[in-house]
Amino acid sequence: MILSPFIFLAIGVLGLLGIGFYGLMVCRNLIKIVIALQILEKAALLGFIAAGSFNGQVALGQSLAITVIVADTIVAVIGIALGVQVRRQMGTLDVHDLSSLRG
Amino acid sequence: MLILLLIVLLVVFAFQAIRAGKLLSSTLWLAGTSAILSLIFYLLEARQVAVIELSVGAGLVTVLFVIAINIAGDEPIESRSIPPRLVAAGLALVFFFLMGWYVLPMPSLTVMAAGTESSLGIVLWQQRGLDVLVQAVLIFSGVLGLLGLLAEDKPPLEGSAAEEVMTRREDEMNALEKGVARLEEMQR
Repeated sequence: MILSPFIFLAIGVLGLLGIGFYGLMVCRNLIKIVIALQILEKAALLGFIAAGSFNGQVALGQSLAITVIVADTIVAVIGIALGVQVRRQMGTLDVHDLSSLRG
Repeated sequence: MLILLLIVLLVVFAFQAIRAGKLLSSTLWLAGTSAILSLIFYLLEARQVAVIELSVGAGLVTVLFVIAINIAGDEPIESRSIPPRLVAAGLALVFFFLMGWYVLPMPSLTVMAAGTESSLGIVLWQQRGLDVLVQAVLIFSGVLGLLGLLAEDKPPLEGSAAEEVMTRREDEMNALEKGVARLEEMQR
């Protein structure tokens, strides 16, 4: 296996995915979970651009990446707003406490 | 080699964003991740997306996070995670190696295929026009969802809005008249 730049990029994508999944499993703070989701989406973004760049179709990769950025921002905005409302109504951001609430 | 350095920095910044104790530092590490990602995009000739990622990922989203942390508070939550940290790290590593084992030997990774390249404008507006439509709908629904989430609870009006306004005005006028009468008494 030749160590081309794309191998590095693929390792970077996998690393970001691993860190994002680790964050989703470990974090209990609602806003931190949104940050973990952001990292996962950055991995997808890097994957699109790297694949487009190394297949000679940068424009197609960029077009898909722009869609991912829009979706990513909307997810962040909704997640943040949800976190703020949960904090106002329940007084905590801890998902463990929230999941044990009844009624 | 520059790409390798940037990739290492990217992974380190992303890990720090998850590991940092305070939400504000976590947000700043995330902004750094976005900035490095946009540098990588620039090196890969994806300049438009690099600019968008830098302004949206490192700018707008970071500002939103900081505002949310200001409102919600940066209280440290008990660090014990629901699955033990070691198990989570082990699962993430297993995922990393299994995916690497599957993806890295692919022949397309070492051979650069030459494709026909068209400009971003043509691809975005003509070939992927549906995507742009979906993005517009997504932004619209996102704004509506945000307005719904951030709306504050207000008690519903009991009568019509005009009656409500009239009663408020009458109350204010009564209060003013009482104040004037009190002033006149004091002058006497």
